[in-house]
Amino acid sequence: MSNTPSHEHNHSHSHSHDHNNPDDPLYNSHGEHPYQPDSEDTPYEHHQVMAEAVGELLIEKGVITADELRGMIELIDSKSPAEGTRVIARAWTDPEFKARVMVNVNDAAEELGIDPGTIPIRAVENTDSVHNVIVCTLCSCYPRLLIGVPPDWYKSRSYRSRVVHEPRTVLKEFGTEISLETEVCVHDSTADLRYMVIPKRPDGTEGMNEDELAALVTRDSMIGVTTL
Amino acid sequence: MVHRSHHDMGGLDAGPVDLDEHAHVHWEKRTDAIMRLVSDKNRQIITVDELRRGIEQIGPNVYDEMSYYERWITSVTNNLLEKGTITVDELGRKMNDVEARWQADGATKA
Repeated sequence: MSNTPSHEHNHSHSHSHDHNNPDDPLYNSHGEHPYQPDSEDTPYEHHQVMAEAVGELLIEKGVITADELRGMIELIDSKSPAEGTRVIARAWTDPEFKARVMVNVNDAAEELGIDPGTIPIRAVENTDSVHNVIVCTLCSCYPRLLIGVPPDWYKSRSYRSRVVHEPRTVLKEFGTEISLETEVCVHDSTADLRYMVIPKRPDGTEGMNEDELAALVTRDSMIGVTTL
Repeated sequence: MVHRSHHDMGGLDAGPVDLDEHAHVHWEKRTDAIMRLVSDKNRQIITVDELRRGIEQIGPNVYDEMSYYERWITSVTNNLLEKGTITVDELGRKMNDVEARWQADGATKA
């Protein structure tokens, strides 16, 4: 990924703490550095120490509890593309459910016992005439509660910059070639509206039940960088 | 001509997409969890828009050098400092404590 250091996140590196960097939370424009940690001498990464310290401070101050923090990390770990795949499989097999998905993904997901969060998610359906791809050019907006945390490349400069002006070339980098007969439609997500692709149901799956169909659906197909 | 901020990169040229993915390590999930908790409806200390503003304010070069969750923890921390939820003094002390503790443990944290 172009904008993310490819190193492991457990050692220090040169940009880890610049005493003159105004972006650094410990930077003080008055030149005072009350208890500035001297991170050049430590094997720990500056931001990793910061995440630990901020969490501990919030717990000590009673802003959050240790149990809430543990519980939230478990919740994040529990989210995966699996919930999205259930929505897709149901939409493929139940036309009335699919109609509701196209109107409001959040409400439809709740019918399946999935908490999709409060930010609206819009479904975009792949057909023979249109192939949809999602991106967030400004940051990383993504239907996280339906399909888990976004992959590194989704947040990368290359993907965010290029997929909106040369989507077919970018899709080829994922091994996906879309027929020139099919329009490629790129949807730029925002903090207030996210998208999820409904992939085309593969041929030859007519006899499959919902669980079998859900197992065919991949994360990348719900982003639109691959087909099934 | 509208000024384009450095995070606003849609339509620009860039190299090929690097398809490598890394599993999120503990401090990254911790950062995500902290943000979700301080932004939840009971607390409402930081909004998603404030998180984004904090990320977009990171200088262009630093922005590209930082990993995704490095930007997040930077923005979350700056927002908490701005709002007075924590002070720079408390943060500096606590970071020193954490480093000293980890060094004493000799553990590799990730």
